[in-house]
Amino acid sequence: MTSGGPMLEVRGLQVQRGGRGVLDVASFHLGDGEFVSLIGPNGCGKSTLLLSMMGLLPRAAGEILFRGEDVFSGDRVARRRRMAMVLQEPLLFDATVHDNVAAGLRLRGLGREETRRRVGYYLERFRLGDLAQRSARKLSGGEARRVSLARALAVEPEVVFLDEPFASLDVPTRQSITADLERAIRGSRMAAVLVTHDRSEALRLSDRIVVMNEGRIVQSDAPSVVMNSPVNEFVASCVGMETILPGEVVRRNEWEVAIGVGGQEIDAVAEASVGEQVYCCVRPENVVIEVVNPTLTSSARNVYLARITRVASVGPYLEVRLDCGFPLVAHVTPDSFALLRLEEGKRVWASFKATAIHVIRKRRASAAAAGPAPANESVADGAASTQR
Amino acid sequence: MDLVLDGLAKAIALVVHLDPEVAGIALLSLEVSGLATLVSVVLGVSLGAAVALNQFPGKRAVVAIVNTGMGLPPVVVGLFVSILLWRNGPLGFLGLLYTPAAIVIAQSVIATPIVMGISISALQALPAALRTQILALGATRAQMVWMLVREARLPLMAGVMAGFGGVISEVGASIMVGGNVRGYTRVLTSATVMEVGRGNFDVAIALSLILLGACLAINWCLTAIQQRERPR
Repeated sequence: MTSGGPMLEVRGLQVQRGGRGVLDVASFHLGDGEFVSLIGPNGCGKSTLLLSMMGLLPRAAGEILFRGEDVFSGDRVARRRRMAMVLQEPLLFDATVHDNVAAGLRLRGLGREETRRRVGYYLERFRLGDLAQRSARKLSGGEARRVSLARALAVEPEVVFLDEPFASLDVPTRQSITADLERAIRGSRMAAVLVTHDRSEALRLSDRIVVMNEGRIVQSDAPSVVMNSPVNEFVASCVGMETILPGEVVRRNEWEVAIGVGGQEIDAVAEASVGEQVYCCVRPENVVIEVVNPTLTSSARNVYLARITRVASVGPYLEVRLDCGFPLVAHVTPDSFALLRLEEGKRVWASFKATAIHVIRKRRASAAAAGPAPANESVADGAASTQR
Repeated sequence: MDLVLDGLAKAIALVVHLDPEVAGIALLSLEVSGLATLVSVVLGVSLGAAVALNQFPGKRAVVAIVNTGMGLPPVVVGLFVSILLWRNGPLGFLGLLYTPAAIVIAQSVIATPIVMGISISALQALPAALRTQILALGATRAQMVWMLVREARLPLMAGVMAGFGGVISEVGASIMVGGNVRGYTRVLTSATVMEVGRGNFDVAIALSLILLGACLAINWCLTAIQQRERPR
């Protein structure tokens, strides 16, 4: 065992499927007790990366080191037994809840007493105490997820890989299970890698967020950095910046720039030179809709007359699409929507602050996307080390 | 109608008083078919697991052949096993023809594809990700196969029952390789055929009742094993 170094280290990993490259990760590190979320579109290699780190997928090239040892060499089973994994489906055995949670411990030949103690502890941790003798076939979706999490954590691994363990659960169940999982993991020294499509989950749980696209790591940073300073437009769209507008810097005044977009100008606080091609990224929650012109009453630098082009219900709020000369997306609550008597085709005023815009310089974005991932990782290491 | 009623009454008397010859025939039947089922389970489940859990060229052809084997006519099996065990045949030196061992061999050949075919489909019906999940729980390959077999125990036991049902009820192979030798290789089915030929319907009905009873008892036991570990 090496001390001080990362628990898990991936270098130049390439994985192929059917002769086609599906994973190309230049560098990835995971420290003891660190919680990392992997986000990215379907098929971008997140699950493949987890399976590879677990030593369950053959690689075409590269190294995966667990405590300094290659996961494909030596006693692979013994090494795998220091890790755990929860897949998208609970995949419970046709046995009682108790026996499911005990499965990993029995595979390790743990004594009867210790098995019973540990199973009891993890059943309580995941609020399954009353269901111990119930058939795993007769559980609700949420209960089955709890059992699969308890089964993985009961072996007390050094790292747990969570491959969308909350997929297809309703919001309250998801939140309750997430809270229990967070408590269980934070209460130990276990490291975790979570694959998720839920940004709020990633934000809430992670020390670091890794964004993947087409088998590569695009950005790896502290959650606040990824959410507020995405390195390119792909990451911006991944982290919920629904309005991403290509434009050109037309004016510059110290920290403030004016960006020409679709015949309009957007004021933003950013570092960019006149003539530079950029993307303006605006989060829908930062856009304010008003029915009277707020120019004289608001501190927002960007105010536009807009027409509502489409309204859609998105969970607890409404997504309002606007045409301001450029497309803009805003989120409003149903109450505000009703109060302002909003409807498709109506003319309104849309505003957002200059400080609420994230500007991505195209040159930098393309360089970051094409550049080697270790550069991103070194940023990430610094960010991660400040987290705990 | 008299024939049936009379036959039935005599049959019940034979069963109740447990005629030693009838009892001997029933016992031999259970022994031979039980042993053949055991051989077919060991071979069928392990070969079935090997086929189901591995990818290799020609896998489809192998599965198709096994599925065809599930319907092997017992007389055809009897013919080929007879040829193999014939005095001048390739295995004639073993001197097994017309012995209970020959019946076990023939019945194993009949039951193995049945158990194997059902094992293949039972294991293939499990979710593909289950193997990954079991390995991720820290299983060795052998532990993984065992856990998959346990997971598929319902259809696998159905395979065992189908295999046993196939061999306890077959007659063609038993007569051909066993010879229906009184007190040595005479089993329930071959004895029933013989007694019907002689016009002894009462004995034939008695043998049939025992055969049905034995099938019921064995399958009841297998079902109990099959359902035992299923939590409520």
